[in-house]
Amino acid sequence: MHRAGLIVWDVLTSLREMVRPGTTTMDLEKLAERRTAECGARPAFKGYLGYPCVLCTSINEEVVHGIPSATRRLREGDVVSLDFGVEFEGYFADAAVTVPVGKIQPELETLLRVTRESLDRAIEKVRPGNRLSDVSAAVQEWVERHRFSVVREFVGHGIGTKMHEEPQLPNYGDPGHGPRLQEGMVLAIEPMVNAGGPGVRVLEDKWTAVTADGSCSAHFEHTVAVTSNGPWVLTRPRKVTGPSW
Amino acid sequence: MAKRRDIGKKKVDASNPKEDAIEVMATVIEPLPNAMFRVELENKHQVLAHISGKMRKNFIRILAGDKVAVELSPYDLTRGRIVYRYK
Repeated sequence: MHRAGLIVWDVLTSLREMVRPGTTTMDLEKLAERRTAECGARPAFKGYLGYPCVLCTSINEEVVHGIPSATRRLREGDVVSLDFGVEFEGYFADAAVTVPVGKIQPELETLLRVTRESLDRAIEKVRPGNRLSDVSAAVQEWVERHRFSVVREFVGHGIGTKMHEEPQLPNYGDPGHGPRLQEGMVLAIEPMVNAGGPGVRVLEDKWTAVTADGSCSAHFEHTVAVTSNGPWVLTRPRKVTGPSW
Repeated sequence: MAKRRDIGKKKVDASNPKEDAIEVMATVIEPLPNAMFRVELENKHQVLAHISGKMRKNFIRILAGDKVAVELSPYDLTRGRIVYRYK
């Protein structure tokens, strides 16, 4: 799973470097597709429940599952979330990062920072003996303290030989509930945070989720294993430490 | 890729609790207050049994010595419910 995770990391890292004003989201899709093929992995999203692409690109008010388009160009001041996953030798890994395009508004920078920090805090909770909702609560607490809101309709998930496995991992809830985490469990933790209200709706394409109030949204994700030494972020190299993204 | 949250439907417990019961034959030993009876099962165990609601509604009278069908809960084998009085 770590090797699958490294491919995801690798692809997302090259995608981040490509994010600049004028790039279309289809350019990013093409790069992701090519890099995945070079690594000998299979894109996990394409065909999943009929999703048409290997990558999800969600710009500004789009929360998750934005479909890449050849006509949609990134503009200075946008934030774009890149969500990507692969299957490699039977195992899945899934991660996402929200990237600023050029210079962005200070509120957006705060939104990105808080969302990323909420992921950091959630990852810290991934230890044997903790309960599942301790992870959820860590996200919600940090996000709401900064007056942002947590998306309810989409959740993190267990991951392994399938992309979505039990349990569901909401980004909200009171601590101390749910199953206890045990060594060997792997979770995809993915806070989705709106600058405005928590409401979202899904567009006619059946995929793109946007905020109900049109506010911007950020999304960070890692695939994290529970080990006796604490959390192990599978979707990045082991030598990378510090903040999650 | 974020998973769509599915609100797990409360699993409908298909088995009515009464359906788990074990039905056995018994003989009434003595009537007790509150429509309770001490009955002796075919295996000579004595259990406390009350009358099922349906029988109570229809005023089925039960006397010492009657043969009855008793449902036992698998959780508490010392109590049962009389569901039928044989003529």
